[in-house]
Amino acid sequence: MASLDDLKKRISSVKSTQKITKAMKMVAAAKLRRAQESAEKGRPYSEKMNNIILNLSSGISDKENAPKLLTGTGEEKIHLCIVMTSDRGLCGGFNTNIIKKAKLFFQKILKENKTLKIITVGSKGYDQLKRQYMENIIEKISFKESKNVNYFDADKVGKIIIDRFEKKEFDVCTIFYNQFKNVITQIPQEQQVIPLKSKEEKETDLNNSYEFEPDEDEILSNLLPKNISTQIFKAMLENSASEQGSRMSAMDNATRNAGEMVDKLTIQYNRSRQAAITKELIEIISGAESL
Amino acid sequence: MSEEFKIEIVNPEKSFLLKEDVTQVVVPAFEGEMGILKDHISIISFLKPGIVKVYSKSEENNYFLEDGIVEFKDNSLSILTSSIYNVSDLDRNKIEQILKDTEKESGLDNIDDQKRYLIDQKIEVLKSLQLN
Repeated sequence: MASLDDLKKRISSVKSTQKITKAMKMVAAAKLRRAQESAEKGRPYSEKMNNIILNLSSGISDKENAPKLLTGTGEEKIHLCIVMTSDRGLCGGFNTNIIKKAKLFFQKILKENKTLKIITVGSKGYDQLKRQYMENIIEKISFKESKNVNYFDADKVGKIIIDRFEKKEFDVCTIFYNQFKNVITQIPQEQQVIPLKSKEEKETDLNNSYEFEPDEDEILSNLLPKNISTQIFKAMLENSASEQGSRMSAMDNATRNAGEMVDKLTIQYNRSRQAAITKELIEIISGAESL
Repeated sequence: MSEEFKIEIVNPEKSFLLKEDVTQVVVPAFEGEMGILKDHISIISFLKPGIVKVYSKSEENNYFLEDGIVEFKDNSLSILTSSIYNVSDLDRNKIEQILKDTEKESGLDNIDDQKRYLIDQKIEVLKSLQLN
């Protein structure tokens, strides 16, 4: 059995761990509020953008000559996957959930004998994928330096994707991220951005024809690259809110567990102290009796 | 009948402006300025750098934006833009700074005609703002 001294040491070490997790929880809670706010504020932009593009693409007359970003290359051989994770750990299942979802997708693609290329955004994703998919990772991006999620960073990623698309390096592009639902629930998402998947063709009311200036094609070909950056930005915002939420609940659990552990250890400590005292008493009494 | 319609200006970070009672909006569309009144036909257009004027019964507001898309449908006008400023918030230093950045950009060689046109436009608008 552990000596009294050892127990004391363990109790104090668990207590200091508890202090750290508690502090991390508080920090995450403060950051979460901000991240959640900006995620919610960012939603109208990406929704509007999506709407306009849907309206545009449903109105396009010449499907043959439509921009490649919209219709795809006509093949589905090379898949590019953008796996978006956080740069920091200690946030519960946040990164693991995305990776799990992504790996399922990777296996499906590889089984169909298609080529897989991966770009990781955020260093945790790279760390978890490099062992199994090292030869598939073509680029890793990390925004450790920028404190807040900003559009500029998202635009950079978007430009990289479009650049590679124009060099015909891939046919289909999918992004993986966590959608923020609430503090305890984050849903890992896969979203195909190239070619743009028109979600269940909304019944397009025909009286809703637009006038375009300049013409549709030009607007579309300018808008689609922007849309990709926007979608990436949305994913980054959702991710950062999810990360903080996930960290908050993970740290909350950790704090609670540490508390339980301290209680348990304290009981053990008190018992063994009591045992030691009793033992000493018995020794004294039996010593006195033998006289 | 009222002549008011709804306008919403959003940028990636947030919803910048939401108003229900505007009577006229003038936007710097790609092929020239465009005034929009109530019951305008549905339209989607690009914006070039310039001033958006938002008129309502009681006031008139000007905003400077660098790019964007405008959509008008069912008497609701949406402007999507990546950077927008309220003109009354722009002071001399801020204008100076944007102007400097833009001029630096226009010094680059690898830009196509369309982009060159947009940059020239932006410089022009900024200079006219500086005069006021």
